[in-house]
Amino acid sequence: MSPVLEVRNLRKTFGGIVAVDDVSFDVHEGEILGIIGPNGSGKSTLFNCILGQLQPTAGEVFLHGQSVTGTRPCDLNRLGVSRTFQLLQIFPQLTVRENLILAGQEHQGTMLSRLFGRRDAGLTGAANQMIEFFRLGHLADEKAGGLSYGQQKLLDAAMAFMAGPRLVLLDEPAGGVNLTMLQSLRERLKAINSEQRATFVVIEHNMEFVMALCSRIVVLAEGRVIAQGNPADVRRDPKVIEAYLGH
Amino acid sequence: MTPSQKKVLAAAVLVAAAVFLLVAPHLLRPYGIFILSTWVVMTIAAIGLNLTLGYAGQVSLAQAAFVGIGAYIAAYLTTRGWPFWSTYILAGSSCFVVGWALGYPALRVQHHYLAFVTLAFNTLVYLIFRNEEWLTRGIYGIMNIPRPEVLGWSMARPIPFYYFLLAHLVLISWATWGLIRSPWGRAFIAVRENPIRALSLGIDTRRYTLMAFALGAGLGGLSGALYAPLTQFVDPTPFALGLSLNLLLMVIVGGSGYFFGPFLGAVVAVLLPEWLRFAQGYYLMGYAALVMLLMAFCPTGLLGFVDRVLTSKPKTTSATPPLAGTPAAQKAAG
Repeated sequence: MSPVLEVRNLRKTFGGIVAVDDVSFDVHEGEILGIIGPNGSGKSTLFNCILGQLQPTAGEVFLHGQSVTGTRPCDLNRLGVSRTFQLLQIFPQLTVRENLILAGQEHQGTMLSRLFGRRDAGLTGAANQMIEFFRLGHLADEKAGGLSYGQQKLLDAAMAFMAGPRLVLLDEPAGGVNLTMLQSLRERLKAINSEQRATFVVIEHNMEFVMALCSRIVVLAEGRVIAQGNPADVRRDPKVIEAYLGH
Repeated sequence: MTPSQKKVLAAAVLVAAAVFLLVAPHLLRPYGIFILSTWVVMTIAAIGLNLTLGYAGQVSLAQAAFVGIGAYIAAYLTTRGWPFWSTYILAGSSCFVVGWALGYPALRVQHHYLAFVTLAFNTLVYLIFRNEEWLTRGIYGIMNIPRPEVLGWSMARPIPFYYFLLAHLVLISWATWGLIRSPWGRAFIAVRENPIRALSLGIDTRRYTLMAFALGAGLGGLSGALYAPLTQFVDPTPFALGLSLNLLLMVIVGGSGYFFGPFLGAVVAVLLPEWLRFAQGYYLMGYAALVMLLMAFCPTGLLGFVDRVLTSKPKTTSATPPLAGTPAAQKAAG
C-alpha cells in the first residue's frame, strides 16, 4: 500500500535563498509525524509547498500515490487534506459554530445546493459534536473573536477536522497555548488519530509536546533533512544536537 | 440590550418603515414620489454593491457602469417595442456576465489597485455611452422610454409605478437575504476576512469572488433597467464615476456588510438632500463633514454605530466591573 503522503526531492528557492533543499520523506496511514528544526529551517515553507500554497521549484508531492504537486489548496482540501497555520486563523466575526460549519460546508453538495439548500448545509449536528469534542460547548454561540487565545487555538484545530480529513498538517498547534490546554489538545489529537485513523504531520517547537505526540520525527536544518527516526533516537542524534545548540 | 430585545426593536423599525413606504406616495406630490422611486432604484444598486464590497470585501468603483448598462439595454430595447420583462432579464444577465469578467482582475489585485481597475472600467463604459452615437445616441440620450404594464394594468402613472418599483425592491431584498444567509454568504465573508484560510478549508475563493462581482453587477443591471422607465430618459451623465462614488458612499455610510446598510445609505444619499434643500449649498458641506466624522469615529457606518450603541452594556454606577466574589458581584449574579 502506498503511503498517505510522499514528498520527493522537494525544493523551493526564493531568489538566491534555498528555503527547502531536496527534502524527501513518507507519511504512512495512521502515523503522527513530527517535523522539527530551528527557526528558519524551512518547515512552514515545506508545508506551504506540500499544500499548494506555494509552487515548489522542483520535486513532487504524492497523495495516496497520485501526484498532487501544485494542486490548489481548496482542491487539495476536498481530497481530504486539511491544515492549520502557524498564526491563528479563525473567523472572529462568526460564532464558534458558524466557523465550524464554514469549515465543512464546501464538502457538502454542489455550489447550487449550497445556494438553495439548507443554511447550515446540514452540518449543525456535526459542528455540535466537534464543539463537544473540543470542550467548547458553553461557547458555541459566542463570536469566535471573543474567545481566549487558547480557546481560539482549539477552535482553529477543530476547524481542520470538521470535514473528516484523511491527512492533517498542523503548523505549531501548541504555540502560545498554556499547559492545561496543551494537554487537552494533545489528548484530542491522539483520540482523533486513533479513532478515525487520521494521519498527522505536525510542525512544533515544543519538544515535550512533539515527543509525547509523535511516533516518528523528521529534523530539518537549513532546508535539509538532517535526521529522521523515532523520538528517542532523534533526541540523541549528534547532528540534531548541533543544529539546535551549535553555532 | 439583549439579542432578542434587539430583534424586537429591529422588527418595530422595519414595520414602521414598511408602513411609511406604503403610505408615503399618497401624501406626496409627484416630485416627492419621483424622489422616493429614485431611492428604491438606488437602493437596489447599493444592495448589489453591498454584496460585492460589504460581504465579499471586493472594492468596486464600477457600480454606476452596471446601472448604466442596464438602463441603456432597457431604454434601447423597450423603445423598439421589446416587452419590459425581457429587457429586465437581459439587463440583469448581461451585467452578471460583464461583472463576472470584471471580477478577474480582483483575483490578482486588491484594495486600491482594484479600485483603479474598476474606476477605469466605469470611465470606459461612460465613454461608450457618450461617444458611440450609433448605439446610444450619445449626449442626446434615448427619450420616451415606455413604462410597463403588469397583467394589463398600466404602470405609467407615478403611484402605480412607485409600487411596481417597491415590489421589485421587496423581491430583490428577499432573494439577497436568502443568499447571504446561505452557505454562500458565509463563504463571501470568509473570502473577505481571510482568503488564505478560506482556501485551506476547501472554499474556492476564485469562484466566490467572481460570483460576488457578478451578482453585485447583476443587481446593478436590474436597478438600471428600472431606472430607465422611471426617468423615461437615459443619457450618459448620470452613469459617470460620480454615481459609483455615491453608491460606494451609500454602502459605507449605511453600514458595509449590514443587510440594511444600503437602504439607510440610500436614504442619506437620495432623500436627505431633498429634505435639506433649505440649507442649499451648505448641505453638501454638512454631508461631507458628516461622512468624515462617521468614518473617523465609526468606520462601520450608521448601522455599525447603532449596533455598537445597542450592544454596549447598560451603564452601571461603577465604571469597572465588580470583582468576582465581592458583594457587588454576588448581587449582580443574582
